[in-house]
Amino acid sequence: MNKLTLWFHKLGSPEYFYRFAGRWAPWAGWSFALLTVIGLYLGMFKAPPDYQQGESYRIIFIHVPSAWMSMFIYVAMSAAGFVGLVWRIKVAEIMAMASAPIGAAFTLVTLVTGAFWGKPMWGAYWVWDARLTSELILLFIYLGIIGLYQAIEDRRTAARAASLLALVGLVNIPIIHFSVEWWTTLHQGSTVNLMGESSMHPSMLWPLLIMAVATKLYYVMNVLQRARNMILELESNKSWAKTVLQPAEASR
Amino acid sequence: MQGHSLATAAFALLSRDLRLAFRRRGEALSPILFLLMVATLFPLGLSPDPEQLAAIAPGVIWVAALLSSLLALNQMFHADLRDGTLEQLIISPWPLPVMALVKVLAHWIISGLPLTVVAPVLGLGYGLDGATVKIMFWSLLLGTPTLSFIGAIGVALSVGLHRGGMFLALLVLPLFVPVLIFATAGISASAEGFAVGSHLYLLGALLALAVSTAPFAIAAGLRISIS
Repeated sequence: MNKLTLWFHKLGSPEYFYRFAGRWAPWAGWSFALLTVIGLYLGMFKAPPDYQQGESYRIIFIHVPSAWMSMFIYVAMSAAGFVGLVWRIKVAEIMAMASAPIGAAFTLVTLVTGAFWGKPMWGAYWVWDARLTSELILLFIYLGIIGLYQAIEDRRTAARAASLLALVGLVNIPIIHFSVEWWTTLHQGSTVNLMGESSMHPSMLWPLLIMAVATKLYYVMNVLQRARNMILELESNKSWAKTVLQPAEASR
Repeated sequence: MQGHSLATAAFALLSRDLRLAFRRRGEALSPILFLLMVATLFPLGLSPDPEQLAAIAPGVIWVAALLSSLLALNQMFHADLRDGTLEQLIISPWPLPVMALVKVLAHWIISGLPLTVVAPVLGLGYGLDGATVKIMFWSLLLGTPTLSFIGAIGVALSVGLHRGGMFLALLVLPLFVPVLIFATAGISASAEGFAVGSHLYLLGALLALAVSTAPFAIAAGLRISIS
């Protein structure tokens, strides 16, 4: 077995993963903090006001990265859930379930910041537009997954059931998105294009991309920290977990 | 099991489910009654103005049909879980996805098919013209089986849980959205005199997707819930 495969296999062990996550979560957390300070400073003070939307467009530096994360985390959660379902890896199940609340939170942030942006731009906090509606439905799907996970007594059965629901949702989300597009769309189209030319000035684009990386790091920190807690809870009767929880007692 | 084919087993399961439903006719009628009541409440709550009623008819009737099939879903695996039939299905030599397909089919014949027949009649009551009522019938015929298939995934995942109804709604209602949109858009398009083919084709495509993939998800869900 080569080194990478070996490491990957090791990562499946809850104890190894616990230590691995404990090592990397602070790094992700501090780089998130640093990038957020830089990104928000550039976005709030350095970027020029928009020629149409004035100062109020600045909420995109929160709104757009959150919207990206709401979808990114869903895919990450489904991927982890798939691995958990197929190979029955405990750590993958935990990663999927640790992702769900973070994804739901980013979806909520997207909806709330979008409402604040919509009021001055469209004159209404909420409109029944395709993107808004599919984001709202995404929130409902997240809540369904979290609800199912909470409702089932046995933690591993709960994680497997919720992961399956996440996968069903993954198939449905594009269909839901295209079906709600049938209403004429009020929401502005994408202005950021990684492959081609973006229709956005670099002074606005850079803070946005920095914030996009920052939110990903926040996710990494948060999901690792959550997974650590969930692993401890799940393994609380194993000897290594007891050592972690009560170092003095175990050594006696 | 010698001498029995998969088709025999599937047919036996189907006829068993239908016979059980037929013996409890009153229970099987409740989705229809629910639909009728809800559809009666809207004119009382809004206004009896025929133009307004015709405008809201596709949405109201479809939402009522959707909620009615949601209520019926709760019953899908419940009795089978209590008397152990579900466990027998899981440990039987027949592929569980096929058995799940048959269960959903039986459930649709009991709850979805009556809705498909009755709801267009309500459309007449709401002042829709004949051609539109026909489209409503087709949209229900193509749409309600999809609802049963998607709903069955939710039921399979939550079958062992104590708090049923409301929770199931949280799981499956978001997934019902595309069916509702295509169906009501098709009926509205017909009422306004536009072509409806594309809407019905999309409903058919959703049904094809549901028939071919949902049974596997239902089977996986049942295996997770009953372990």
